[in-house]
Amino acid sequence: MHGGKALLSPSSSADRRLSALVRHLEGSSSIVMGSKDSSIAASPTSARNSVFEHILQASEDPILGVTVAYNKDPSPVKLNLGVGAYRTEEGKPLVLNVVRRAEQMLVNDNSRVKEYLPIVGLADFNKLSAKLILGADSPAIQENRVTTVQCLSGTGSLRIGAEFLSRHYNQHIIYIPQPTWGNHPKVFALSGITVKFYRYYDPATRGLDFQGLLEDLGSAPSGAIVLLHACAHNPTGVDPTPQQWEQIRQLMRSKALLPFFDSAYQGFASGNLDSDAHSVRIFVADGGECLVAQSYAKNMGLYGERVGALSIVCRTPDVAGRVESQLKLVIRPMYSNPPLHGASIVARILKDSNMYQEWTVELKAMADRIISMRQKLFDALRNRGTPGDWSHIIKQIGMFTFTGLNRNQVSFMTEEYHIYMTSDGRISMAGLSSKTVPHLADAIHAAVTRLD
Amino acid sequence: MAQLIRSGFSGRVTKSGVLGAARSMSTAWWSHVEPAAKDPILGVTEAFLADPSPNKVNVGVGAYRDDNGKPVVLGCVREAERRIAGNLNMEYLPMGGSVKMVEETLKLAYGENSDLIKDKRIAAVQALSGTGACRLFADFQKRFSPDSQIYIPVPTWSNHHNIWRDANVPQRTFHYYHPESKGLDFASLMDDVKNAPNGSFFLLHACAHNPTGVDPTEEQWKEISYQFKVKGHYALFDMAYQGFASGDPERDAKSIRIFLEDGHLIGCAQSYAKNMGLYGQRVGCLSMVCEDEKQAVAVKSQLQQIARPMYSNPPIHGALVVSIILTDPDLKKLWLKEVKGMADRIIGMRTALRENLEKLGSPLSWEHITKQIGMFCYSGMTPEQVDRLTNEFHIYLTRNGRISMAGVTTGNVGYLANAIHEVTKTA
Repeated sequence: MHGGKALLSPSSSADRRLSALVRHLEGSSSIVMGSKDSSIAASPTSARNSVFEHILQASEDPILGVTVAYNKDPSPVKLNLGVGAYRTEEGKPLVLNVVRRAEQMLVNDNSRVKEYLPIVGLADFNKLSAKLILGADSPAIQENRVTTVQCLSGTGSLRIGAEFLSRHYNQHIIYIPQPTWGNHPKVFALSGITVKFYRYYDPATRGLDFQGLLEDLGSAPSGAIVLLHACAHNPTGVDPTPQQWEQIRQLMRSKALLPFFDSAYQGFASGNLDSDAHSVRIFVADGGECLVAQSYAKNMGLYGERVGALSIVCRTPDVAGRVESQLKLVIRPMYSNPPLHGASIVARILKDSNMYQEWTVELKAMADRIISMRQKLFDALRNRGTPGDWSHIIKQIGMFTFTGLNRNQVSFMTEEYHIYMTSDGRISMAGLSSKTVPHLADAIHAAVTRLD
Repeated sequence: MAQLIRSGFSGRVTKSGVLGAARSMSTAWWSHVEPAAKDPILGVTEAFLADPSPNKVNVGVGAYRDDNGKPVVLGCVREAERRIAGNLNMEYLPMGGSVKMVEETLKLAYGENSDLIKDKRIAAVQALSGTGACRLFADFQKRFSPDSQIYIPVPTWSNHHNIWRDANVPQRTFHYYHPESKGLDFASLMDDVKNAPNGSFFLLHACAHNPTGVDPTEEQWKEISYQFKVKGHYALFDMAYQGFASGDPERDAKSIRIFLEDGHLIGCAQSYAKNMGLYGQRVGCLSMVCEDEKQAVAVKSQLQQIARPMYSNPPIHGALVVSIILTDPDLKKLWLKEVKGMADRIIGMRTALRENLEKLGSPLSWEHITKQIGMFCYSGMTPEQVDRLTNEFHIYLTRNGRISMAGVTTGNVGYLANAIHEVTKTA
């Protein structure tokens, strides 16, 4: 293998590597070789052996993998209802006008620099984000009991919170709803927190299994962490009513269960920022503690900029200060400090009352378009006489509809109608338009009538 | 108490029942949380900002400053941002990041015409600057080589220790800096390489070692590479200063190219924080050379699995800036010129600082200031001397005596030299 003549054609990659090695060994006579042993064939990091030889290819992420498959499909009628990214009536991604304005302001401002943010992120952004989710008049904020750190969108906020709890909280169990966003279990498991499920979705009613939820949380050990979707539950679109939220709150507080909210759709669900924060605010109002992960991916359309925040509401300002210092120790060895661009855009918008107003209008328009798509799909199925009760389509809220279709039906829809969705039957309403609703309705009708 | 009355608890649960349980639970579990120690590097800037003195000098954190002591946004970056604003959307990147950005980034490290790139043998993902790239590697190392350790040079960037600790990978150290000569302790380094068990993992600074500025010579790199081959060691290069050290990116990648020529399957963490001034944008890349394309695809898929529960996919803005610059020949030329400009200014300040100290009649040798390379100078000052610099002269640097040359200007070099002379003249 070493020092020999090339056996392969001159242009092969193996031969190129070989030649390079030979050149080095024969050409560099000036180097004093410590050991005369030149049998490099034996060494694992020579051309042949990798220390990671045994690695298998990981399976595609179930959600992001849908878009990968969609992109590969050559059909002109294909429809991507997989990942939850908003699309316009024309099926295009949308950058909000107010975001474009903020972006332009940043570019035009020559005094802006690109220095490292502090570990906890942009201070203005943090304060404004806390106000947005907790309410500007929140006593917790006024009493300085909240620590907020900028993180990488919802995922990053969840992960930082999970790592913090894993190190400093005495209960390493989290209850998450069944079903939930596919990435939730991984985030917590990797942080060393045991994942358990509580009943949430009732397939029979396609609504909330409230009894099951109360029973499961009721039998959780005292102090366990509970993940709550603040609004627009992903993937089902099924949310508790305000009365049900109140019952959940009382139950949780009576058992000292620690709430960890995932708020990825504030403003996107009902179109109203305050209504969509109601669940979080009733927990904060009772004076107790909680964690909240916020994302601006959907409600400000900042998806790829990775903008989010983790807020921890504590009993006292002193505790909040110490908690913040510990959050920094989690962040620094992960990525040192968060990205500047997206947070700057958000801060610019939230700080300026005109831009804030403009944002609420554009946000409501997105939410309204989705609500109208729900109505159109429901009407289309009814007009086709598709068997079954499809009222859940208009009862569910937010970006997703849990259709109730099974895996076979989903595969059928993909193969026959080129419609892409996650195998649990979740469709992103944001990916629908008036033009494509009929195609989807046809597909659902066919799937339901031909398969079961 | 009053809050609870206002919030209207139902009569079923008594106030003391709910409050008692909730309060005792939460004060019990929050109360033991200790205030964490300040980060030694980032804490310096915080202290600097809080100092009201008009003479204050920040030579702490490694962020470039121009000769007026101001942060710089490169011209090529401003132009790239003008092109982005209003034109591009903000959709999620794939988990592995921007393909274009990664492609261009690999060319910088591995060479424009690298066979490894042509043969698709490199598994590479966009990462959150250098920190994020190292962390992805550390988590990957833990997952797929669970019994391995990492050998880290002494000294190193302090966050390296945090990264591998949080990844639960045990750490060993190897000799690097020679305090007496303020240069490389090559003999001990080679001993450590030889004595480490076969197949050990080593973290190497590709150029402009942080914090010492001491780099092996080309000949020394070749010897290190050879010994790594003999021992079957794995090399992870942390390259945070390509272009910034000598002013020439190709030259700064020499250590990596030597290893590649020897057939090593290396790992490489790259950052655009310094060389493109993109600090806060968090743009970087982790790459791992594999035996073949199939393995590279597998390794990349696994790296993505680590990124997904950490942040799902990396931020787009900085990646767009990088790919616009590197794929536009004019912008790339401008970038290379600007990077050289930064490196040259630093080299100029090294000369100035050394000359000033010599002119002051310092009894010590300051040769190392100009021998060392990159952003940092390991001055050799003790923590006590550093404290004096801060307390008496309002000069901020890390207590290991590391001076960020990027913070030195024609305006403050005299003051700095004077202060250093004051605290070291009786050493």
